[in-house]
Amino acid sequence: MTLMEINAGDTAWVLVSAALVFLMTPGLAFFYGGMVRVKSVLNMMMMSAITIGVVTVLWVVVGYSLTFGGDNGGVIGNFSVAGLKGLIAPDAVSGTIPTLAYVGFQLMFAIITPALISGAIADRASFRGWIVFVALWTSLVYFPVAHSVWYLDGEGGGGFIGTGIKAIDFAGGTAVHVNAGAAALALAIVLGKRVGWRKDPMRPHSLPLVVLGAGLLWFGWFGFNAGSALTAGTTAAVTFVNTQCATAAAVIGWLIVERIRHGKATTLGMASGAVAGLVAITPACGALTPVGSLILGVVAGGICAFAVSLKYKLGFDDSLDVVGVHLVGGLVGSLAIGFLGTAAAPSAVDGLFYGGGAGQLGRQALANVIVGVYSFVVAFILAKLIDLTIGFRIKEDDEVTGIDQLEHAESAYDFLAAGSGLRGPATVVRTPAPAAPVDDAPEKDASEKEGANA
Amino acid sequence: MKLITAVVKPHKLEDVRTALETFGVTGMTVTEASGYGRQKGHTEVYRGAEYEVDLVPKVRLEVVIEDGDASDVLDVIVKAAQTGKIGDGKVWVTPVETIVRVRTGEVDGDAL
Repeated sequence: MTLMEINAGDTAWVLVSAALVFLMTPGLAFFYGGMVRVKSVLNMMMMSAITIGVVTVLWVVVGYSLTFGGDNGGVIGNFSVAGLKGLIAPDAVSGTIPTLAYVGFQLMFAIITPALISGAIADRASFRGWIVFVALWTSLVYFPVAHSVWYLDGEGGGGFIGTGIKAIDFAGGTAVHVNAGAAALALAIVLGKRVGWRKDPMRPHSLPLVVLGAGLLWFGWFGFNAGSALTAGTTAAVTFVNTQCATAAAVIGWLIVERIRHGKATTLGMASGAVAGLVAITPACGALTPVGSLILGVVAGGICAFAVSLKYKLGFDDSLDVVGVHLVGGLVGSLAIGFLGTAAAPSAVDGLFYGGGAGQLGRQALANVIVGVYSFVVAFILAKLIDLTIGFRIKEDDEVTGIDQLEHAESAYDFLAAGSGLRGPATVVRTPAPAAPVDDAPEKDASEKEGANA
Repeated sequence: MKLITAVVKPHKLEDVRTALETFGVTGMTVTEASGYGRQKGHTEVYRGAEYEVDLVPKVRLEVVIEDGDASDVLDVIVKAAQTGKIGDGKVWVTPVETIVRVRTGEVDGDAL
Protein backbone atom coordinates (compact mmCIF):
# COMPACT_ATOMS: atom_id res chain seq x y z
CA MET A 1 0.00 0.00 0.00
CA THR A 2 1.21 3.51 -0.69
CA LEU A 3 0.16 7.01 0.17
CA MET A 4 -1.22 7.40 -3.33
CA GLU A 5 -4.15 5.16 -2.47
CA ILE A 6 -5.50 7.44 0.24
CA ASN A 7 -8.54 9.34 -1.02
CA ALA A 8 -9.02 12.71 0.67
CA GLY A 9 -12.80 12.74 0.19
CA ASP A 10 -13.24 9.26 1.62
CA THR A 11 -10.94 10.03 4.54
CA ALA A 12 -12.75 13.27 5.31
CA TRP A 13 -16.12 11.52 5.19
CA VAL A 14 -15.04 8.70 7.51
CA LEU A 15 -13.45 11.10 10.01
CA VAL A 16 -16.53 13.32 10.02
CA SER A 17 -18.70 10.21 10.34
CA ALA A 18 -16.62 9.05 13.30
CA ALA A 19 -17.28 12.38 14.99
CA LEU A 20 -21.00 12.06 14.18
CA VAL A 21 -21.11 8.58 15.68
CA PHE A 22 -19.29 9.86 18.75
CA LEU A 23 -22.04 12.45 19.26
CA MET A 24 -24.55 9.62 19.51
CA THR A 25 -23.24 8.59 22.93
CA PRO A 26 -23.83 12.00 24.56
CA GLY A 27 -27.12 11.97 22.62
CA LEU A 28 -27.98 8.62 24.17
CA ALA A 29 -27.11 10.06 27.59
CA PHE A 30 -29.72 12.80 27.06
CA PHE A 31 -32.24 10.34 25.58
CA TYR A 32 -31.93 7.96 28.52
CA GLY A 33 -31.32 10.73 31.07
CA GLY A 34 -34.61 12.42 30.26
CA MET A 35 -36.52 9.17 30.64
CA VAL A 36 -35.50 8.43 34.22
CA ARG A 37 -36.64 10.13 37.40
CA VAL A 38 -35.05 13.30 38.79
CA LYS A 39 -33.08 11.35 41.38
CA SER A 40 -31.17 9.20 38.89
CA VAL A 41 -30.58 11.33 35.79
CA LEU A 42 -26.88 11.91 36.48
CA ASN A 43 -26.15 8.24 37.01
CA MET A 44 -27.96 7.42 33.79
CA MET A 45 -25.83 9.91 31.89
CA MET A 46 -22.66 8.74 33.61
CA MET A 47 -23.32 5.15 32.56
CA SER A 48 -23.10 6.31 28.95
CA ALA A 49 -20.15 8.63 29.58
CA ILE A 50 -18.01 6.04 31.33
CA THR A 51 -18.17 3.74 28.32
CA ILE A 52 -16.32 6.47 26.40
CA GLY A 53 -13.48 6.22 28.90
CA VAL A 54 -13.36 2.46 29.42
CA VAL A 55 -13.89 1.36 25.84
CA THR A 56 -11.50 3.89 24.30
CA VAL A 57 -8.67 2.62 26.48
CA LEU A 58 -9.57 -1.01 25.80
CA TRP A 59 -9.88 -0.38 22.07
CA VAL A 60 -6.44 1.15 21.74
CA VAL A 61 -4.72 -1.44 23.91
CA VAL A 62 -6.28 -4.65 22.53
CA GLY A 63 -9.78 -4.03 21.19
CA TYR A 64 -9.04 -2.96 17.66
CA SER A 65 -6.50 -5.74 17.28
CA LEU A 66 -8.89 -8.39 18.59
CA THR A 67 -11.65 -7.12 16.31
CA PHE A 68 -9.92 -6.24 13.07
CA GLY A 69 -6.34 -7.49 13.43
CA GLY A 70 -6.03 -10.89 11.73
CA ASP A 71 -8.34 -13.84 12.19
CA ASN A 72 -8.64 -16.91 14.36
CA GLY A 73 -11.30 -19.30 13.11
CA GLY A 74 -13.58 -16.51 11.96
CA VAL A 75 -14.49 -15.54 15.53
CA ILE A 76 -11.73 -13.30 16.88
CA GLY A 77 -8.65 -11.36 15.80
CA ASN A 78 -5.23 -11.47 17.42
CA PHE A 79 -2.72 -9.17 19.11
CA SER A 80 -0.84 -8.23 15.94
CA VAL A 81 -1.79 -4.55 16.17
CA ALA A 82 -2.24 -4.31 19.94
CA GLY A 83 -1.57 -0.75 21.06
CA LEU A 84 -2.30 0.23 17.44
CA LYS A 85 1.28 -0.82 16.69
CA GLY A 86 2.47 0.57 13.39
CA LEU A 87 -0.84 2.19 12.52
CA ILE A 88 0.39 5.77 12.74
CA ALA A 89 2.77 5.11 9.83
CA PRO A 90 1.81 6.83 6.57
CA ASP A 91 1.62 3.51 4.76
CA ALA A 92 -1.01 2.08 7.14
CA VAL A 93 -3.93 2.24 4.74
CA SER A 94 -7.27 0.40 4.68
CA GLY A 95 -9.00 0.64 1.32
CA THR A 96 -8.81 4.32 0.44
CA ILE A 97 -8.48 5.71 3.96
CA PRO A 98 -5.75 5.68 6.61
CA THR A 99 -6.24 2.66 8.86
CA LEU A 100 -6.38 5.01 11.85
CA ALA A 101 -9.50 6.67 10.39
CA TYR A 102 -11.11 3.23 10.42
CA VAL A 103 -9.79 2.63 13.94
CA GLY A 104 -11.42 5.86 15.13
CA PHE A 105 -14.68 5.22 13.28
CA GLN A 106 -15.08 1.69 14.62
CA LEU A 107 -14.12 2.82 18.13
CA MET A 108 -17.27 4.93 18.27
CA PHE A 109 -19.39 1.83 17.56
CA ALA A 110 -17.60 -0.05 20.33
CA ILE A 111 -18.38 2.84 22.72
CA ILE A 112 -22.08 3.22 22.06
CA THR A 113 -22.93 -0.48 22.01
CA PRO A 114 -22.43 -1.14 25.74
CA ALA A 115 -23.87 2.31 26.49
CA LEU A 116 -27.14 1.16 24.88
CA ILE A 117 -27.39 -1.68 27.41
CA SER A 118 -27.45 0.70 30.38
CA GLY A 119 -31.04 1.76 29.72
CA ALA A 120 -32.26 -1.63 30.90
CA ILE A 121 -30.86 -1.22 34.42
CA ALA A 122 -31.64 2.43 35.14
CA ASP A 123 -31.74 3.59 38.77
CA ARG A 124 -30.32 0.46 40.38
CA ALA A 125 -26.88 -0.66 39.14
CA SER A 126 -23.75 0.06 41.15
CA PHE A 127 -21.41 2.26 39.14
CA ARG A 128 -18.34 0.08 39.73
CA GLY A 129 -20.35 -3.02 38.82
CA TRP A 130 -21.34 -1.32 35.58
CA ILE A 131 -17.73 -0.34 34.78
CA VAL A 132 -16.52 -3.90 35.31
CA PHE A 133 -19.40 -5.21 33.20
CA VAL A 134 -18.61 -2.81 30.36
CA ALA A 135 -14.96 -3.84 30.29
CA LEU A 136 -15.71 -7.57 30.38
CA TRP A 137 -18.71 -7.60 28.04
CA THR A 138 -16.96 -5.44 25.46
CA SER A 139 -13.93 -7.77 25.54
CA LEU A 140 -15.80 -11.07 25.59
CA VAL A 141 -18.82 -10.20 23.47
CA TYR A 142 -18.47 -7.04 21.42
CA PHE A 143 -14.99 -7.66 20.02
CA PRO A 144 -15.64 -11.25 18.83
CA VAL A 145 -19.14 -10.43 17.55
CA ALA A 146 -17.94 -7.38 15.59
CA HIS A 147 -15.10 -9.50 14.22
CA SER A 148 -17.48 -12.30 13.22
CA VAL A 149 -19.84 -9.89 11.47
CA TRP A 150 -17.50 -7.38 9.85
CA TYR A 151 -13.94 -8.67 9.55
CA LEU A 152 -12.76 -9.35 6.00
CA ASP A 153 -9.35 -10.86 5.33
CA GLY A 154 -9.07 -9.30 1.89
CA GLU A 155 -9.27 -12.68 0.14
CA GLY A 156 -13.00 -13.27 0.46
CA GLY A 157 -12.74 -14.80 3.92
CA GLY A 158 -13.07 -13.43 7.44
CA GLY A 159 -15.62 -13.43 10.26
CA PHE A 160 -17.93 -16.46 10.21
CA ILE A 161 -21.17 -14.48 10.27
CA GLY A 162 -20.32 -11.98 7.54
CA THR A 163 -18.37 -14.22 5.20
CA GLY A 164 -19.41 -17.72 6.35
CA ILE A 165 -23.15 -17.43 6.93
CA LYS A 166 -23.18 -14.40 4.61
CA ALA A 167 -25.63 -12.50 6.75
CA ILE A 168 -25.81 -8.80 5.91
CA ASP A 169 -25.29 -6.27 8.68
CA PHE A 170 -24.39 -3.03 6.98
CA ALA A 171 -23.90 -0.83 10.03
CA GLY A 172 -24.68 -2.87 13.11
CA GLY A 173 -28.25 -4.17 13.43
CA THR A 174 -26.83 -7.50 14.55
CA ALA A 175 -23.42 -6.55 15.95
CA VAL A 176 -24.70 -3.49 17.81
CA HIS A 177 -28.43 -3.57 18.43
CA VAL A 178 -29.38 -7.23 18.75
CA ASN A 179 -26.10 -7.72 20.59
CA ALA A 180 -26.83 -4.90 23.07
CA GLY A 181 -30.53 -5.73 23.32
CA ALA A 182 -29.88 -9.35 24.28
CA ALA A 183 -27.35 -8.29 26.93
CA ALA A 184 -29.86 -5.74 28.22
CA LEU A 185 -32.45 -8.49 28.69
CA ALA A 186 -29.93 -10.57 30.64
CA LEU A 187 -29.03 -7.65 32.90
CA ALA A 188 -32.65 -6.67 33.53
CA ILE A 189 -33.32 -10.25 34.66
CA VAL A 190 -30.21 -10.59 36.85
CA LEU A 191 -30.55 -7.21 38.55
CA GLY A 192 -34.29 -7.56 39.04
CA LYS A 193 -37.05 -5.01 39.14
CA ARG A 194 -36.75 -1.48 40.44
CA VAL A 195 -38.25 -0.83 43.87
CA GLY A 196 -41.88 0.09 43.30
CA TRP A 197 -41.98 -1.08 39.68
CA ARG A 198 -45.56 -1.00 38.40
CA LYS A 199 -46.67 0.63 41.67
CA ASP A 200 -44.82 3.93 42.00
CA PRO A 201 -44.93 6.51 39.23
CA MET A 202 -41.76 6.32 37.11
CA ARG A 203 -42.56 8.94 34.55
CA PRO A 204 -39.77 10.44 32.42
CA HIS A 205 -38.56 13.51 34.29
CA SER A 206 -37.81 15.58 31.16
CA LEU A 207 -39.27 14.89 27.76
CA PRO A 208 -37.39 17.85 26.21
CA LEU A 209 -34.14 16.08 27.16
CA VAL A 210 -35.47 12.91 25.52
CA VAL A 211 -36.25 14.85 22.34
CA LEU A 212 -32.82 16.52 22.41
CA GLY A 213 -31.19 13.10 22.79
CA ALA A 214 -33.27 11.56 20.01
CA GLY A 215 -32.37 14.50 17.75
CA LEU A 216 -28.65 14.06 18.42
CA LEU A 217 -28.98 10.32 17.85
CA TRP A 218 -30.75 10.88 14.53
CA PHE A 219 -28.10 13.38 13.42
CA GLY A 220 -25.21 11.15 14.48
CA TRP A 221 -26.82 8.11 12.91
CA PHE A 222 -26.10 9.48 9.45
CA GLY A 223 -22.45 8.93 10.31
CA PHE A 224 -23.23 5.51 11.76
CA ASN A 225 -24.93 4.27 8.60
CA ALA A 226 -23.60 6.35 5.72
CA GLY A 227 -20.12 6.41 7.25
CA SER A 228 -20.12 2.62 7.18
CA ALA A 229 -19.81 2.85 3.39
CA LEU A 230 -16.21 3.89 4.17
CA THR A 231 -16.20 5.89 0.93
CA ALA A 232 -17.83 9.16 -0.01
CA GLY A 233 -19.81 7.81 -2.92
CA THR A 234 -23.05 6.20 -4.06
CA THR A 235 -23.24 3.70 -1.22
CA ALA A 236 -22.96 6.48 1.35
CA ALA A 237 -25.68 8.44 -0.46
CA VAL A 238 -28.04 5.45 -0.63
CA THR A 239 -27.57 4.58 3.03
CA PHE A 240 -27.98 8.23 4.05
CA VAL A 241 -31.30 8.61 2.24
CA ASN A 242 -32.53 5.19 3.41
CA THR A 243 -31.72 6.16 7.00
CA GLN A 244 -33.87 9.28 6.71
CA CYS A 245 -36.74 7.44 5.01
CA ALA A 246 -36.99 4.62 7.54
CA THR A 247 -36.68 6.90 10.55
CA ALA A 248 -39.33 9.34 9.39
CA ALA A 249 -41.70 6.48 8.56
CA ALA A 250 -41.05 4.82 11.93
CA VAL A 251 -42.13 7.99 13.73
CA ILE A 252 -45.42 7.74 11.87
CA GLY A 253 -45.70 3.99 12.50
CA TRP A 254 -45.19 4.34 16.25
CA LEU A 255 -47.60 7.27 16.53
CA ILE A 256 -50.32 5.47 14.59
CA VAL A 257 -50.12 2.51 16.97
CA GLU A 258 -50.17 4.85 19.96
CA ARG A 259 -53.10 6.83 18.66
CA ILE A 260 -55.11 3.67 18.12
CA ARG A 261 -54.16 1.98 21.41
CA HIS A 262 -54.09 4.93 23.81
CA GLY A 263 -55.86 7.74 22.03
CA LYS A 264 -52.90 10.16 21.91
CA ALA A 265 -49.80 10.64 19.82
CA THR A 266 -47.13 11.32 22.46
CA THR A 267 -43.78 13.08 22.41
CA LEU A 268 -42.06 10.08 23.96
CA GLY A 269 -43.65 7.93 21.26
CA MET A 270 -42.30 10.24 18.56
CA ALA A 271 -38.76 10.08 19.96
CA SER A 272 -39.00 6.33 20.52
CA GLY A 273 -40.32 5.76 17.01
CA ALA A 274 -37.38 7.70 15.58
CA VAL A 275 -34.89 5.56 17.48
CA ALA A 276 -36.73 2.36 16.52
CA GLY A 277 -36.55 3.39 12.87
CA LEU A 278 -32.86 4.21 13.12
CA VAL A 279 -32.18 0.85 14.75
CA ALA A 280 -34.18 -1.05 12.15
CA ILE A 281 -32.60 0.58 9.11
CA THR A 282 -29.06 0.11 10.46
CA PRO A 283 -28.47 -3.42 9.13
CA ALA A 284 -30.63 -2.84 6.05
CA CYS A 285 -29.60 0.64 4.90
CA GLY A 286 -27.38 -0.77 2.14
CA ALA A 287 -29.83 -3.41 1.00
CA LEU A 288 -33.09 -1.52 0.42
CA THR A 289 -34.52 1.11 -1.88
CA PRO A 290 -35.81 4.35 -0.33
CA VAL A 291 -39.40 3.06 -0.74
CA GLY A 292 -38.37 -0.22 0.85
CA SER A 293 -36.94 1.83 3.71
CA LEU A 294 -40.23 3.68 4.15
CA ILE A 295 -42.01 0.33 4.43
CA LEU A 296 -39.44 -1.04 6.85
CA GLY A 297 -39.67 2.13 8.94
CA VAL A 298 -43.43 2.17 9.37
CA VAL A 299 -43.48 -1.56 10.17
CA ALA A 300 -40.57 -1.31 12.62
CA GLY A 301 -42.11 1.71 14.35
CA GLY A 302 -45.40 -0.12 14.75
CA ILE A 303 -43.87 -3.39 15.96
CA CYS A 304 -41.57 -1.68 18.47
CA ALA A 305 -44.49 0.33 19.84
CA PHE A 306 -46.12 -3.00 20.66
CA ALA A 307 -42.87 -4.61 21.78
CA VAL A 308 -42.27 -2.16 24.62
CA SER A 309 -45.32 -3.64 26.38
CA LEU A 310 -43.68 -7.09 26.42
CA LYS A 311 -41.90 -6.36 29.68
CA TYR A 312 -45.21 -5.94 31.47
CA LYS A 313 -46.49 -9.23 30.09
CA LEU A 314 -43.28 -11.16 30.72
CA GLY A 315 -42.46 -9.47 34.03
CA PHE A 316 -38.92 -8.13 33.56
CA ASP A 317 -38.06 -4.52 34.29
CA ASP A 318 -36.22 -3.34 31.19
CA SER A 319 -36.42 0.22 32.48
CA LEU A 320 -36.03 2.18 29.25
CA ASP A 321 -37.09 -0.51 26.76
CA VAL A 322 -33.72 -1.50 25.35
CA VAL A 323 -35.19 -4.90 24.48
CA GLY A 324 -38.33 -3.49 22.89
CA VAL A 325 -36.48 -0.91 20.82
CA HIS A 326 -33.00 -2.30 20.14
CA LEU A 327 -33.37 -6.08 20.23
CA VAL A 328 -36.74 -6.10 18.48
CA GLY A 329 -35.90 -3.16 16.18
CA GLY A 330 -32.57 -4.71 15.20
CA LEU A 331 -34.25 -8.04 14.49
CA VAL A 332 -36.98 -6.46 12.39
CA GLY A 333 -34.44 -4.54 10.32
CA SER A 334 -32.17 -7.50 9.90
CA LEU A 335 -34.97 -9.84 8.85
CA ALA A 336 -36.36 -7.17 6.55
CA ILE A 337 -33.31 -7.65 4.35
CA GLY A 338 -34.67 -11.13 3.65
CA PHE A 339 -37.95 -9.62 2.44
CA LEU A 340 -37.16 -6.18 1.04
CA GLY A 341 -33.54 -6.58 -0.05
CA THR A 342 -32.91 -5.76 -3.70
CA ALA A 343 -29.95 -6.57 -5.88
CA ALA A 344 -30.08 -2.99 -7.15
CA ALA A 345 -28.93 -1.68 -3.76
CA PRO A 346 -25.27 -1.67 -2.68
CA SER A 347 -25.56 -4.89 -0.63
CA ALA A 348 -26.77 -6.58 -3.87
CA VAL A 349 -29.07 -9.25 -2.44
CA ASP A 350 -32.61 -10.00 -3.56
CA GLY A 351 -35.08 -10.72 -0.76
CA LEU A 352 -38.35 -12.64 -0.94
CA PHE A 353 -40.32 -9.74 -2.40
CA TYR A 354 -37.73 -9.34 -5.17
CA GLY A 355 -37.70 -13.00 -6.17
CA GLY A 356 -34.63 -13.92 -4.16
CA GLY A 357 -36.18 -16.82 -2.27
CA ALA A 358 -36.01 -17.41 1.47
CA GLY A 359 -32.28 -18.10 1.63
CA GLN A 360 -31.22 -14.64 2.78
CA LEU A 361 -34.04 -14.51 5.33
CA GLY A 362 -32.74 -17.73 6.84
CA ARG A 363 -29.17 -16.41 6.92
CA GLN A 364 -30.31 -13.22 8.64
CA ALA A 365 -32.31 -15.16 11.22
CA LEU A 366 -29.45 -17.56 11.94
CA ALA A 367 -26.92 -14.76 12.42
CA ASN A 368 -29.17 -12.89 14.84
CA VAL A 369 -30.04 -15.98 16.84
CA ILE A 370 -26.35 -16.82 17.25
CA VAL A 371 -25.38 -13.30 18.29
CA GLY A 372 -28.44 -12.84 20.51
CA VAL A 373 -28.01 -16.10 22.36
CA TYR A 374 -24.24 -15.67 22.78
CA SER A 375 -24.62 -12.11 24.06
CA PHE A 376 -27.47 -13.06 26.42
CA VAL A 377 -25.63 -16.03 27.91
CA VAL A 378 -22.31 -14.28 28.43
CA ALA A 379 -23.98 -11.12 29.78
CA PHE A 380 -26.06 -13.23 32.17
CA ILE A 381 -23.00 -15.06 33.50
CA LEU A 382 -20.95 -11.87 33.79
CA ALA A 383 -23.76 -10.05 35.62
CA LYS A 384 -24.18 -12.95 38.05
CA LEU A 385 -20.44 -13.09 38.72
CA ILE A 386 -20.25 -9.34 39.31
CA ASP A 387 -23.29 -9.49 41.59
CA LEU A 388 -21.79 -12.31 43.64
CA THR A 389 -18.37 -10.67 43.98
CA ILE A 390 -18.39 -6.86 44.08
CA GLY A 391 -22.19 -6.47 43.91
CA PHE A 392 -24.13 -5.18 40.93
CA ARG A 393 -27.38 -3.98 42.48
CA ILE A 394 -27.43 -1.12 44.96
CA LYS A 395 -29.27 -1.37 48.29
CA GLU A 396 -33.00 -0.74 48.41
CA ASP A 397 -32.61 2.27 50.71
CA ASP A 398 -30.10 3.87 48.38
CA GLU A 399 -32.35 3.26 45.40
CA VAL A 400 -35.26 4.91 47.15
CA THR A 401 -33.11 7.89 48.15
CA GLY A 402 -31.70 8.13 44.63
CA ILE A 403 -28.64 6.67 42.94
CA ASP A 404 -27.27 10.11 42.00
CA GLN A 405 -26.61 10.92 45.64
CA LEU A 406 -25.23 7.46 46.42
CA GLU A 407 -22.89 7.05 43.48
CA HIS A 408 -21.96 10.59 42.52
CA ALA A 409 -22.70 12.79 45.56
CA GLU A 410 -24.61 15.15 43.30
CA SER A 411 -28.13 16.03 42.32
CA ALA A 412 -29.09 17.14 38.84
CA TYR A 413 -31.29 20.08 39.74
CA ASP A 414 -31.29 22.65 42.52
CA PHE A 415 -35.02 22.91 43.10
CA LEU A 416 -34.71 24.43 46.54
CA ALA A 417 -31.51 26.06 47.75
CA ALA A 418 -32.73 26.03 51.37
CA GLY A 419 -31.18 23.26 53.41
CA SER A 420 -28.12 22.85 51.23
CA GLY A 421 -25.66 25.15 53.02
CA LEU A 422 -21.91 24.75 52.75
CA ARG A 423 -20.51 22.38 55.32
CA GLY A 424 -17.02 22.07 56.81
CA PRO A 425 -13.88 24.10 56.12
CA ALA A 426 -12.93 22.09 53.07
CA THR A 427 -15.93 23.35 51.15
CA VAL A 428 -15.76 27.04 52.15
CA VAL A 429 -14.61 29.33 49.38
CA ARG A 430 -12.10 31.64 51.01
CA THR A 431 -11.70 35.24 49.91
CA PRO A 432 -8.00 36.21 49.74
CA ALA A 433 -6.95 38.64 52.48
CA PRO A 434 -6.15 42.20 51.29
CA ALA A 435 -2.57 42.85 50.28
CA ALA A 436 -2.21 46.10 52.32
CA PRO A 437 0.35 46.01 55.16
CA VAL A 438 -1.16 45.35 58.59
CA ASP A 439 0.32 48.60 60.01
CA ASP A 440 -1.62 50.83 57.57
CA ALA A 441 -5.09 49.80 58.56
CA PRO A 442 -4.95 47.30 61.36
CA GLU A 443 -8.65 47.37 62.30
CA LYS A 444 -10.03 47.06 58.79
CA ASP A 445 -7.57 44.39 57.91
CA ALA A 446 -8.40 42.37 60.96
CA SER A 447 -12.13 42.52 60.28
CA GLU A 448 -11.68 41.53 56.65
CA LYS A 449 -9.52 38.61 57.67
CA GLU A 450 -12.14 37.52 60.14
CA GLY A 451 -14.79 37.80 57.47
CA ALA A 452 -12.73 35.86 55.05
CA ASN A 453 -12.33 32.99 57.45
CA ALA A 454 -15.91 32.95 58.70
CA MET B 1 -61.84 41.60 58.84
CA LYS B 2 -61.97 38.66 56.52
CA LEU B 3 -59.36 36.45 54.93
CA ILE B 4 -60.31 35.52 51.40
CA THR B 5 -58.52 32.46 50.07
CA ALA B 6 -58.85 31.54 46.42
CA VAL B 7 -57.45 28.49 44.69
CA VAL B 8 -57.53 29.19 40.96
CA LYS B 9 -56.00 28.09 37.68
CA PRO B 10 -52.44 29.43 37.36
CA HIS B 11 -53.13 31.24 34.09
CA LYS B 12 -56.00 33.19 35.68
CA LEU B 13 -53.76 34.70 38.38
CA GLU B 14 -52.96 37.80 36.36
CA ASP B 15 -56.65 38.46 35.59
CA VAL B 16 -57.58 38.13 39.26
CA ARG B 17 -54.69 40.33 40.36
CA THR B 18 -55.64 43.08 37.91
CA ALA B 19 -59.31 42.91 38.90
CA LEU B 20 -58.49 43.14 42.60
CA GLU B 21 -56.15 46.05 42.01
CA THR B 22 -58.89 47.88 40.11
CA PHE B 23 -61.26 47.21 43.01
CA GLY B 24 -58.72 48.72 45.43
CA VAL B 25 -57.15 45.72 47.11
CA THR B 26 -53.54 46.73 47.70
CA GLY B 27 -51.73 43.51 48.45
CA MET B 28 -51.96 39.77 48.35
CA THR B 29 -50.03 36.59 49.02
CA VAL B 30 -49.65 34.07 46.21
CA THR B 31 -48.48 30.50 46.64
CA GLU B 32 -47.99 27.75 44.10
CA ALA B 33 -50.27 24.89 45.00
CA SER B 34 -51.48 21.59 43.67
CA GLY B 35 -54.59 19.61 44.32
CA TYR B 36 -57.74 18.20 42.88
CA GLY B 37 -61.46 18.61 43.10
CA ARG B 38 -64.24 16.71 41.44
CA GLN B 39 -62.35 16.31 38.18
CA LYS B 40 -59.69 14.10 39.83
CA GLY B 41 -56.69 15.15 37.76
CA HIS B 42 -55.92 13.58 34.41
CA THR B 43 -54.27 10.63 32.68
CA GLU B 44 -50.83 10.66 31.04
CA VAL B 45 -49.39 7.93 28.77
CA TYR B 46 -45.69 7.07 28.51
CA ARG B 47 -44.90 4.29 26.03
CA GLY B 48 -48.26 2.76 26.74
CA ALA B 49 -47.97 2.93 30.54
CA GLU B 50 -50.87 5.04 31.82
CA TYR B 51 -50.40 7.26 34.87
CA GLU B 52 -53.24 8.85 36.82
CA VAL B 53 -52.04 12.32 37.75
CA ASP B 54 -54.32 13.29 40.64
CA LEU B 55 -52.74 16.57 41.63
CA VAL B 56 -52.99 19.40 39.13
CA PRO B 57 -51.14 22.73 39.44
CA LYS B 58 -53.02 25.67 40.97
CA VAL B 59 -52.23 28.98 42.61
CA ARG B 60 -53.46 29.85 46.07
CA LEU B 61 -54.15 33.53 46.58
CA GLU B 62 -54.83 35.18 49.93
CA VAL B 63 -56.06 38.69 50.75
CA VAL B 64 -57.23 40.21 54.02
CA ILE B 65 -59.94 42.85 53.69
CA GLU B 66 -62.50 44.82 55.69
CA ASP B 67 -65.69 42.94 56.58
CA GLY B 68 -67.88 45.11 54.33
CA ASP B 69 -65.83 44.37 51.22
CA ALA B 70 -65.99 40.59 51.53
CA SER B 71 -68.87 39.83 49.21
CA ASP B 72 -67.67 42.33 46.57
CA VAL B 73 -64.14 40.94 46.60
CA LEU B 74 -65.54 37.42 46.41
CA ASP B 75 -67.49 38.47 43.32
CA VAL B 76 -64.48 40.14 41.72
CA ILE B 77 -62.35 37.04 42.17
CA VAL B 78 -64.99 34.63 40.91
CA LYS B 79 -65.68 36.72 37.81
CA ALA B 80 -62.00 37.14 37.00
CA ALA B 81 -61.06 33.51 37.56
CA GLN B 82 -63.99 31.91 35.80
CA THR B 83 -63.46 30.02 32.54
CA GLY B 84 -66.60 27.90 32.82
CA LYS B 85 -64.58 24.73 32.48
CA ILE B 86 -63.93 22.06 35.06
CA GLY B 87 -61.09 22.83 37.49
CA ASP B 88 -61.72 26.58 37.87
CA GLY B 89 -61.15 26.34 41.63
CA LYS B 90 -62.71 27.56 44.86
CA VAL B 91 -62.87 30.76 46.91
CA TRP B 92 -63.68 30.90 50.59
CA VAL B 93 -63.95 33.50 53.35
CA THR B 94 -62.72 33.11 56.91
CA PRO B 95 -62.90 35.58 59.81
CA VAL B 96 -59.67 37.23 60.96
CA GLU B 97 -59.34 38.31 64.60
CA THR B 98 -56.54 40.78 64.30
CA ILE B 99 -53.79 41.85 61.96
CA VAL B 100 -50.58 43.81 62.58
CA ARG B 101 -48.31 45.55 60.07
CA VAL B 102 -44.84 44.37 61.05
CA ARG B 103 -43.00 47.56 60.00
CA THR B 104 -45.06 50.06 61.97
CA GLY B 105 -46.98 48.05 64.51
CA GLU B 106 -50.30 49.41 63.15
CA VAL B 107 -53.25 47.22 63.98
CA ASP B 108 -56.36 45.95 62.14
CA GLY B 109 -57.91 48.47 59.69
CA ASP B 110 -54.80 50.65 59.68
CA ALA B 111 -52.65 47.66 58.89
CA LEU B 112 -54.49 46.71 55.69
